[in-house]
Amino acid sequence: MPAPQCATCHKARAALRRPRSGRALCGACFCAAFEAEVLHTVVAGRLLPSGAVVAVGASGGKDSTVLAPRLGISLRLVAVDEGIGGYRDAALAAVRRQAARWELPLTVVAYADLFGGWTMDAVARSTAGSGRSRACCTFCGVLRRRALEEGARLVGATHIVTGHNADDMAETVLMNFLRGDAARLARGGGLGSPGEGGALPRCRPLQLASQKEVVLYAHFRRLDYFSEECVYAPEAFRGHARHLLKLLEAARPSAVLDLVHSAERLALAPAARPPAPGACSRCGALASRALCQACALLDGLNRGRPRLAIGKGRRGLDEAGPPRDGEPERAPAPDAVPAF
Amino acid sequence: MCQVGEDYAEPASEEPPPRQPGREQKCVKCKEGLPVVVIRAGDAFCRDCFKAFYIHKFRAVLGKNRLIFPGEKVLLAWSGGPSSSSMVWQVLEGLSRESAKRLRFVPGIVCIDEGAACGLSPEARAKALAEMKLILQTVGFPWHVVALEEVFDLPPSVLRCFAQEPVGTEGAYKAAVDSFLQQQHVLGAEGAGDSPSLAQGEEQLSWPCTQDPQNPQSPDRPPTAAQTEALSRLFDSVKTLTAKEELLQALRTHLILHVARTHGYSKVMTGDSCTRLAIKLMTSLALGRGAFLAWDTGFSDERHGDVVVVRPMREHTLKEVAFYNHLFAVPSVFTPALDTKAPEKASIHRLMEAFMLRLQDQFPSTVSTVYRTSEKLVKAPRDGCAAGPPGPRCLLCMCALDIDTADSATAFGAQTPLHLSQTQPPTPPPTAPCCSAGMGRVQGCCGGARPCEREDPRARVIEQLCYGCRVNMKDLGLHRAADPGVPG
Repeated sequence: MPAPQCATCHKARAALRRPRSGRALCGACFCAAFEAEVLHTVVAGRLLPSGAVVAVGASGGKDSTVLAPRLGISLRLVAVDEGIGGYRDAALAAVRRQAARWELPLTVVAYADLFGGWTMDAVARSTAGSGRSRACCTFCGVLRRRALEEGARLVGATHIVTGHNADDMAETVLMNFLRGDAARLARGGGLGSPGEGGALPRCRPLQLASQKEVVLYAHFRRLDYFSEECVYAPEAFRGHARHLLKLLEAARPSAVLDLVHSAERLALAPAARPPAPGACSRCGALASRALCQACALLDGLNRGRPRLAIGKGRRGLDEAGPPRDGEPERAPAPDAVPAF
Repeated sequence: MCQVGEDYAEPASEEPPPRQPGREQKCVKCKEGLPVVVIRAGDAFCRDCFKAFYIHKFRAVLGKNRLIFPGEKVLLAWSGGPSSSSMVWQVLEGLSRESAKRLRFVPGIVCIDEGAACGLSPEARAKALAEMKLILQTVGFPWHVVALEEVFDLPPSVLRCFAQEPVGTEGAYKAAVDSFLQQQHVLGAEGAGDSPSLAQGEEQLSWPCTQDPQNPQSPDRPPTAAQTEALSRLFDSVKTLTAKEELLQALRTHLILHVARTHGYSKVMTGDSCTRLAIKLMTSLALGRGAFLAWDTGFSDERHGDVVVVRPMREHTLKEVAFYNHLFAVPSVFTPALDTKAPEKASIHRLMEAFMLRLQDQFPSTVSTVYRTSEKLVKAPRDGCAAGPPGPRCLLCMCALDIDTADSATAFGAQTPLHLSQTQPPTPPPTAPCCSAGMGRVQGCCGGARPCEREDPRARVIEQLCYGCRVNMKDLGLHRAADPGVPG
């Protein structure tokens, strides 16, 4: 059956059907609609005022690739090198090609430089215990955000944008419910954080674009990006949420956006919300406890007890606080001396 | 790794828990009896301790929330399934105990016959009904069996939210209990209890076992074939199983509430178990009902105003319910539902159920984690704006609308394919007689109407729906209004 006419220009053949509204559009009209919607998100949410210097978290993947050329403000690309062999080096090559193509300044910050030699591969070796999960995403997520902040400061940015799309937000809300993370549920759902206590304001302009549309946009605009998944991704809990999301999307195409809508409207008890953040006693970054999570994780790694900061209570750290009652004392993972 | 902030000492799925239940293991509670069932993570209970634990949970949920006042009429929604059967049994047992611990409300049972929506043959429906009546007669409460077809006869007033009665304070509850006990004492001394609400003596209660004589509809009158066919057509016109399930739930709720209002019940009890509520929470998330999770899965649901829906089984897992029913011979009736034998990917509900149960296998605390998170949800209006008049309510689900023009997600592209600016008839056509009279007549009346007339009532309906109901509406057929009770 021949493809229908494009619903907007009525001239070209339709190339795709948008998941949310079901409208059939040709490539050019779709790209125009997509760009208009992203712009609308940014403008309506007043996310990036004019004159802002914006650090774009560029991973080389499709989301950050789509993001970069669309915002008409001063952009700097910041790429983070987590030190994952066989993955990040290839992705960085894609980032360098993109920077050359759009003539944007690129800064690469590496974990090895920022965090005292700890690459993700070293962390993985350190946390690998007998049968326990390596919790790589826990470390990588926290450290990457710290690295992005550092990179942004290096280039003198006033805002940070990342390419999280609607699928990411939907997976996040599913995950947070499954893991019982009421604090994150209470915090999340908005279009980014306004930037409290010295942290740069962050936003996610692609938040309301579903992943399918991002991929199609990258395809129609012939963007060059890197699409293999991280080496450590199969171990992540997010995989369950992602699998569920794909199934839901097959049953109902608008499921992703329905989840984002739900996430925006969750009402949690005030007691569940995290306390107002202060400053980390070591590095001065935003922290809800005496030590920010990045410093706490690094502390544990450096002491040879990588799981120190993971889990309730964070016992053994240099911060005040008695161990919680009712928590059975569990022996930490067998200490593995990190090998470089 | 499943729970945030928790570190599992043993790996999630690879190895079994280190403590193997041996033959010499005793009940963890009384340390004497031989365990017959394992609850939660390795707690083995003997038969008597399990029964006590189960009953205690039921009473504790009721007692903790203090919503059910003594002498109140409470309608038990019984589907025939294990959870609601267990609930009915708990109420039955609770009413026949010694006076100090006796439950103090006046129960009735309602059972909705959904055979037409599920496509059952009349013989199968009659058979199921007969089994149900047998059990209903054994239980002995006043019962009402209502066919789903009667939803066509509902007056439009069911969609109006009645003024909410102010929730009693702590003192009010205690005062009510004290005065009730005093009345009991007086009546007991006089030796007569002729008022129906205080008809509880020391001996077994004798309830009227048929319909209330004032009710013109007798339970034995079967629905007409035309109504059955209209209902089947309605459900067949819905394109996806997800929307069918949601429609069925909405119709069922409205029907139960109508029965409750007609017969003077102020509370409705549903038998949703912990597992079902966890699944329901995740399903509601995926359907776009994030704003209403506290009402959908909390203990009490007072969005309908005068009748409050409570969920006393919400702390019992399905496993506990199944074991209890098996060990203590609680009767239940199996009737096929809409999604019986449906493939796993057929609807969001089925997907979520399969996902949660599979994840529960791997991470045994999944259901309880989701349940505990659901307890942290509050019934707050949007953006914490508690002041001001209550906003408009959704036509179908009666929750405060969660959409406004500044909405980020809906501003991002069309939510519905209809555009209100397309066709503007000068005066709205008189849709009242056509849409509120029932499905069959809508078909005949609007069938020959011009397209703009047909679209306008639909657009007007859509703008009165919440986000989740709008998405469901998309799956309904174009030439029918969503609900027979649409007010004009």
